[in-house]
Amino acid sequence: MITVEHLSKRYGDVLAVDDLSFTIEDGHIYGFLGPNGAGKSTTLNIITGCLAATSGDIKIDGHDIYEEEKEAKKLIGYLPEIPPLYVEQTPREYLKFVAEAKGIAKAELESEIDRVIQETHIEEMQNRLIKHLSKGYRQRVGIAQALLGNPSVIILDEPTVGLDPMQIIEIRDLISELGKKHTVILSSHILSEIQAICEKVLIIYKGKLVVYDDITNLGKSLSSENEIEIMTEATEEKVSEVINHIDAISSFQQTENFEKYHCYKLSTAMENPYEVCELVFRAFVANSIPLVKLNPVQTSLEDIFIELTSSEQDSELEEMDSDYEEYEEEEEE
Amino acid sequence: MVAVLKHELSLYYHSLTGYVFGAFLLAFTGIGALIYNINASVANFEYVLSFIQIVFIIIVPILTMRIIADEKKQKTDQLLYSLPISTTEIVAGKFMALLVVFVVPMIFICAYPLIFSMYGEVYLPTSYGTIFAFIFLGLALISIGMFISSLTESQGMAAGICVVVMLFNYYCTTLADAVSSSAVGSVITIVVIMIILGLIIRYMTKSDVMGYGFSFITCLVAIILFFAKPELLEDLLPKVMNQISLFERFTMFYNGVFDLTAIVYYISIIAFFLFLCVQSLEKRRYNG
Repeated sequence: MITVEHLSKRYGDVLAVDDLSFTIEDGHIYGFLGPNGAGKSTTLNIITGCLAATSGDIKIDGHDIYEEEKEAKKLIGYLPEIPPLYVEQTPREYLKFVAEAKGIAKAELESEIDRVIQETHIEEMQNRLIKHLSKGYRQRVGIAQALLGNPSVIILDEPTVGLDPMQIIEIRDLISELGKKHTVILSSHILSEIQAICEKVLIIYKGKLVVYDDITNLGKSLSSENEIEIMTEATEEKVSEVINHIDAISSFQQTENFEKYHCYKLSTAMENPYEVCELVFRAFVANSIPLVKLNPVQTSLEDIFIELTSSEQDSELEEMDSDYEEYEEEEEE
Repeated sequence: MVAVLKHELSLYYHSLTGYVFGAFLLAFTGIGALIYNINASVANFEYVLSFIQIVFIIIVPILTMRIIADEKKQKTDQLLYSLPISTTEIVAGKFMALLVVFVVPMIFICAYPLIFSMYGEVYLPTSYGTIFAFIFLGLALISIGMFISSLTESQGMAAGICVVVMLFNYYCTTLADAVSSSAVGSVITIVVIMIILGLIIRYMTKSDVMGYGFSFITCLVAIILFFAKPELLEDLLPKVMNQISLFERFTMFYNGVFDLTAIVYYISIIAFFLFLCVQSLEKRRYNG
């Protein structure tokens, strides 16, 4: 378990992390999400002891990262944004160094290295020089390094950046596999990635924690209205006629045209959009209008993300406005 | 620490650096032995060491330039920080590795006096005393090189600065004769040095108060001293320059005196620069 309390980090005049507090429970895959420059890497670097915080406490299973540095660091495996590899060595030599530095007993050293090599599927590459390996394999060697010593928490900072689509899928599968045995924290600015593998998500924006929730709850908590998308040949008037008879639908609008078909978005306040789909289907059948598409719109993490970060920006603007008003009032006095 | 030591050694002997260093040292020793011991038929091996000490100016930068600078460049320093080893252990491990790379060719050199003694009278205590001091001189210079490497991300830069520092140290005593020994000269030099130091401090701590404050106060002290007690500042510059020269202290040994204070001086220099090296790595952890 990782507890972060009132963590702040200041670079000169820039506040990169601003009073961040959260707890990471054991046994889940966490997504650490935020736009570029939100403070993701900084936070992860601080949690892993690579960077000192300006203020705040970090405890890994009760061990303070500064006061009980060695105990705390043994519980974490970290892959930074750029995999820290000695390119002149082979993966096996490199892993041997990391294993020794992590204080793994001599008797278990070779078997432990074999284990991580197997887990990350780099058996064939283990005796080539790292500088001759592809980016995907380098990333694997980086992950293998993090796995040595079987730490309870694995932290991966943007592990799929710069990989080709095949490699991305492979690395994702690997991470899902890891999630079964370890707590995994994964940072990314790519939402689909987080959606695909993570169970819980933390969103940070401008150094502040904006959301911390189960990924499934996230959609529910945010959108009060559900939307249903339909595609049909019928004109707006005709659709309006049909829909007026369905009470569950509060409003509708035409979105786009596709060949001879028109797309409409129907809004409903009902909790279960599938029930509304049924009603819509029956209504259109009754009027013998064919529907070529009928599906509830899933609120994607993308929408949530934009919604959150833009509302944050709005509130900031409001704050600035109110500050300005106060300032004006003072002036008047 | 042992893990870092083994790892660094593997890096040195994976690349050519370890071999180039050893080859350079042995080649120069060979040339020196050829000139002094064989052609000039002198039995004193210590003169060879006095002849070859100048190679430190080249081989120390070769050896130390990548040791920390390259970690920063390749971002592998993040790995070191995240591993359960302390910064002191990292620095100690790296220094031990440099020590091994340096001592391996020195073991070969140890055979020279013995070989010569088979063909004539060689006073072995002076020879081995000088070899012993030569190792400490080398280690002191290596610790300085290592600190310079911790200041920058670029190997080339580290090597360049290191060569300049080594050259300055080597010619320090010669320069000491040339510099002004008057009180005015000393004050001006102190002021210039303190302003430069202040700028470096400001650059490193990013604090105007610290940097300019340091320059201002030290310059003020120097100027007050100049008016109050000018006799203290006389001869100061040449004296200091003679004192800081590591090479100068080595002359005692090849002249046949085993100077224990010099060995203590070398050890303190090593400790001081390794300490600075640890601080330099810690600073990076604070500033990112």
